[in-house]
Amino acid sequence: MAAKRDWWLWALGIVAFIGVFVAGYLALIYAPPAEGFSGNAELAQRIFYFHVPSAWTGFLAFFVTFIGSIAYLWKGGRKWDILAACSAEIGLFFTTMVVITGPIWAKPTWGVWWTWSDPKLVTAAILWLIYFAYLTMRRMVDDDARRARFSAVLGIIGFVDVPIVFGAARWWGQSVAHPIVVSGGGFDVATKMLTALMFSLAVFTVMYVVLLALRVRAEHLADAVESLKTRE
Amino acid sequence: MEFLRKAGAVAWKDLRAEWRTREMFSAMFVFALLVIIIFNFALELRAESARALVPGILWVAFTFAGMLGLNRSFIQEKDRGSLEGLLLCPVDRSAIYLGKMLANAALMGVVELFILPVSFVLFNLPFGTLPMLVVVAALGTLGFAGVGTLFSAMAVNTRAREVMLPMLLFPVAVPLIIAAVKLTAGILDGLALGELARWWQLLVGFDVIFLTLSFMTFDYVIEE
Amino acid sequence: MIQVRGLTKTFGPKKVLRGIDLDVGEGEFLTLVGPNGAGKTTFLRILATLSRPTSGQATVGGVSIDQHPAQARRKIGLVSHRTLLYDDLTAVENLQFYGRMYDVTGLAARIEDALRQVDLYFRRHDPVRTYSRGMQQRLSIARAILHDPQVMLMDEPYTGLDQQATAMLRRVLGTLAASGRTVVMTTHDLELGLEVADRVAILSGGKIGFQSPAKDLDVQQFRRIYAEQAG
Repeated sequence: MAAKRDWWLWALGIVAFIGVFVAGYLALIYAPPAEGFSGNAELAQRIFYFHVPSAWTGFLAFFVTFIGSIAYLWKGGRKWDILAACSAEIGLFFTTMVVITGPIWAKPTWGVWWTWSDPKLVTAAILWLIYFAYLTMRRMVDDDARRARFSAVLGIIGFVDVPIVFGAARWWGQSVAHPIVVSGGGFDVATKMLTALMFSLAVFTVMYVVLLALRVRAEHLADAVESLKTRE
Repeated sequence: MEFLRKAGAVAWKDLRAEWRTREMFSAMFVFALLVIIIFNFALELRAESARALVPGILWVAFTFAGMLGLNRSFIQEKDRGSLEGLLLCPVDRSAIYLGKMLANAALMGVVELFILPVSFVLFNLPFGTLPMLVVVAALGTLGFAGVGTLFSAMAVNTRAREVMLPMLLFPVAVPLIIAAVKLTAGILDGLALGELARWWQLLVGFDVIFLTLSFMTFDYVIEE
Repeated sequence: MIQVRGLTKTFGPKKVLRGIDLDVGEGEFLTLVGPNGAGKTTFLRILATLSRPTSGQATVGGVSIDQHPAQARRKIGLVSHRTLLYDDLTAVENLQFYGRMYDVTGLAARIEDALRQVDLYFRRHDPVRTYSRGMQQRLSIARAILHDPQVMLMDEPYTGLDQQATAMLRRVLGTLAASGRTVVMTTHDLELGLEVADRVAILSGGKIGFQSPAKDLDVQQFRRIYAEQAG
């Protein structure tokens, strides 16, 4: 019974699993080295294929949390709270990846591990802090309904804050050239690099969906177990 | 109008009770003063860089002191049970928010009004810039107290209440702090108002957006 | 005046109230007794609109507490074992604040009246932190009657009071009972509870296990039935 419903999840999981290897190949071998990079920096630059999709997925996850939060406040229902919270957990994971790979890329490229002049790094750091506060707060509230309400409010306020943080950080520092591998509207990147990037993006998104589905289901099951336990 | 009157009653009650003991004000003022003095002392050793750091130091003092006040305002209410007394009244929850926010902002503001002249003396700042700085401080305080009041109502209902508020408030308040520091620096350096336009926009924009959001969501946070 | 149908309240996995049906008529004084943790405080808080029920309905003075809580609040005065007062303000200042929040007209006169009723007029300009527990409780009652509510909810008002304060509270409760207000009081003290009530009820295991007009019972009977019910 459950197996039948799950086929799509299994399919996606397999796709993601295979996709990771393909993406790895594309990133490390298929894609040509970016112009102007050499030696260590060239290798480190390839982390871009991991770094950017992580950032994108982290942001997507937070967006889902935002939607879940609004839905919870508007219509109520534990499923929205579960969706928002699980997405936040996964989002934190991906954002951690961003904050870790950022410095790994930065050191050989700019010579520093971190800088506050780069709006994208700043935004990632703040996003991480907001996610972390969200999840910590959830652990500190005992009452279910109250925890859901607080999370929803925080999910909304946090999400609205992120673009504002980005704008502020952009105005703040003279941007140390965030290596223009991909810029604004046009990509000054060879087609091969674009392929590798897009593929990576797709794989990460699929990974996110799979992780989210698994996590949400685990929460629903945990709920079911709880109510069985306390039933008389 | 009834709404504003009741919000005013809440704010007045908070301020009047604080005036009796002035405990919170003293704690906040002393704390901010210590920050200013310690920085002034520590940076005396490298006088040239001191001036450039003043805006940051000022806002560190303001926000940390503000945090103290925000925390205690709701913790007191909750421990004495008077928060329930408020909830019993036939009053819009957002009126409670407005009242508390105004009281918190006023308290922070008074502390700042005392700290600013002291900083001017200690750091040798041009007194002509004081009026504009007061404006920046006022706008920054409004935004900070705006989101802070919402978050402290949340934090007081969690297990680690003192720690929760800074954890929630600081990341979200980052744009506000950036704008306030940039404006303070610009004004102290005598920059024309036009050059600072974007920071004014950011500051006011932040205030408007987050005061509105906090106002709208306070209901969900305060009810049981 | 008060109608409760199928009221339940669940905190996470714990079912505190499991379906309460209750009617309290206008001007009636109901004493609700029950063991610790039976849900008396929870029940009163729901009636006072401080807490939302998990399911079920309740109306106070014809107003549904679920749909029109603000309206219901005007009709209700709550006295709990927390004073709900501001220690640093004086009695008068406390009542001024609450009076404004309840839109009380002729506030100054009402304040004087309420303070005289609880015999605190002579200490009205002292900060509440200088009051004894008994005096704070009396001021709490003054706060609760300030807006002339039709319904008074009292959660274990005798807790922590000494002899003298208890005696004074009994007097005040008697006045309340005679004033035509509807009162629901919870207490541990079966004797005091029975003495002043029109009707008594026992809350046990999240339900109303027993109800009776007070005059049909004497204290011994009541104790016996309570021991049975509360297990």
